[in-house]
Amino acid sequence: MPLRAKVASSVSRTAAALSRAAGRGDGSVIGGWIGLKIDPDLLAHLSAGRAIALVSGTNGKTTTTRLTTAAVGVLGRVATNSFGANMPTGHTSALAKAGSTPYAVLEVDEHYLAQVLDATEPHVVALLNLSRDQLDRAKEVAMMAQLWRAALVRHPDLRVVANADDPMVVWAATPPADPARGHVPPQVTWFSAGQRWHDDSWVCPECGSTIQRSGEQWWCTGCPLRRPQPQWTVEDDGVLDPTGAWHKVQLQLPGKVNLGNAATALAVAAEFGVRPVDAVSRLGTVTSVAGRYAQVDRDGRNIRLLLAKNPASWLEAFDMADVAPTLLSINARDPDGLDTSWLFDVDFSPLRGRQVLITGDRAYDLAVRLDVNGVPFQHVRSFDDAVRAVPPGRLEVIANYTAFQDIRAELDRVN
Amino acid sequence: MSTESLRIVWIYPDLLSTYGDRGNALILARRAQLRGMPVEVLEVRSDQRLPATADIYLIGGGEDGPQALGAQRLIADGGLHRAVAQGSVVFGVCAGYQLLGTSFFAKGTRCTGLELLDISSDRGPTRAVGELAGEVDPRLGIPYLTGFENHGGRTHLGPGVSPVARVTTGVGNDGTTEGAWRGKLLGTYSHGPALARNPALADLLLRWATGIHQLPPLDDTWADRLRSERRTAVAAAARA
Repeated sequence: MPLRAKVASSVSRTAAALSRAAGRGDGSVIGGWIGLKIDPDLLAHLSAGRAIALVSGTNGKTTTTRLTTAAVGVLGRVATNSFGANMPTGHTSALAKAGSTPYAVLEVDEHYLAQVLDATEPHVVALLNLSRDQLDRAKEVAMMAQLWRAALVRHPDLRVVANADDPMVVWAATPPADPARGHVPPQVTWFSAGQRWHDDSWVCPECGSTIQRSGEQWWCTGCPLRRPQPQWTVEDDGVLDPTGAWHKVQLQLPGKVNLGNAATALAVAAEFGVRPVDAVSRLGTVTSVAGRYAQVDRDGRNIRLLLAKNPASWLEAFDMADVAPTLLSINARDPDGLDTSWLFDVDFSPLRGRQVLITGDRAYDLAVRLDVNGVPFQHVRSFDDAVRAVPPGRLEVIANYTAFQDIRAELDRVN
Repeated sequence: MSTESLRIVWIYPDLLSTYGDRGNALILARRAQLRGMPVEVLEVRSDQRLPATADIYLIGGGEDGPQALGAQRLIADGGLHRAVAQGSVVFGVCAGYQLLGTSFFAKGTRCTGLELLDISSDRGPTRAVGELAGEVDPRLGIPYLTGFENHGGRTHLGPGVSPVARVTTGVGNDGTTEGAWRGKLLGTYSHGPALARNPALADLLLRWATGIHQLPPLDDTWADRLRSERRTAVAAAARA
């Protein structure tokens, strides 16, 4: 590593440690920020010599990154940005802090994928899904798919592990070859993780025709784009690998969506030569991820935290949650997006028959939505009021980003 | 009403549904049902014929490509024009508002609209993103408008329409006026589930569709709290 990069890396680690000691956060952003100020190429320097996997998509990034880190761990030490700091500053900080490791698995914000591909030259990238998220500022879904597509052709040696069930991802992962410009489409391994949310892929990104669906199949009615045959699939409570062998997966994380994330993790690890039979037991060691799925006992209530940031992830959260009293908390601060319109893209009717409590900065937006949805609810002023309002036993908490962090803070920043 | 039940058509949800646009269909259906009216909601995709005999037509928001495609298909279909000629109600939001006019800009080119409203839209210098509020045309008989806008367009009103509101917060058409209406056609930049924050506007559309001038009142406790909370938040932001 060049001297400048060494200094930058060392200063970055120190800044992160100082930030943590000062109680200003986990230091995963500030350290990288300072390091990159000293050496703008620090991320590239820190990546050199490591076999790297990137994980990107709208939903499931943090969890899939954790599961993949566990799976690749079969081979040796793995650096990772486990705090969900998923922009280049977070990657820089994570790699600087980890020191020399043969492997790294990095969660990447979907907007930064092109930049991080260039800086880290990874061995493999996992593309999970693309759906609407914070539309008052995020790029539209089709535009994001186009950005991914343009980035992927610039890395001919890259391996891609992509979700066959998401038309936007399939299109992004299959750019056309363009020999004149040196563009080579990447090698793709397809997995099927299921997709409950379809409302962002009715129109073909290639030709504008309607996309038809039947069962798990989908196809464009105007061009050849259609669901590729996946090599990795979820079957019952396990994963089928490309050889046809089935591996039972025992996770501590709830929901079908996490079985899909497990299949993705095994597929990514296989790109490094990890056999699924060796990795599968390690997936069960992942309990909670930055507070997501964490369980806390308080006053006789077993409180479980579920993060849901956008319509697609709300649908998955309802699937994961037990039929038990449920607190919903909604904010609309900057990290959440200021627009609450998406509440009407979510069908809350699965909550009928459960005791539903609502809170958060934008509880009234949610109240109007639930009223229209025919879901009875009770508005509470605080998290403590919610705990007092439910009987002893399980309390499911489903919250969007800053609302989730607020509640996590109430629970002493549970991880 | 055309038949025994109130028929609501949501036009092209495959193209024009970006910001919880489904909400407007859900809200209208709910408010009609609570008053004992049977309701049918039809979602008509862009590869289907548009029925011309519904009572209320809803057009939502969308990106440039889907907006241009939606306008083309609606012009070719002709069903919406026939419905308007028969006195149906049309409620357009954002991109769906613009395409009711004579022309709009999408992907850098001028596109022909449906020419149902005397408005034309072009590109503004900046994108309008944030809270939108205004004092409503007193002839519509409803209280202030509140919503959220997110659009790059500016809309110019001709003599054949009236603005829905005078802007007090946000941009709307041009920073001064917001939305446009004529007869039983109304469009607004208050995007997505605009009726969630404006139940009186929902009832106005229901009155237009049914001809019933006195609809039984509903319990709007939560919508009223939401409206007053948003009004307070907008006022606080203006002082800051």
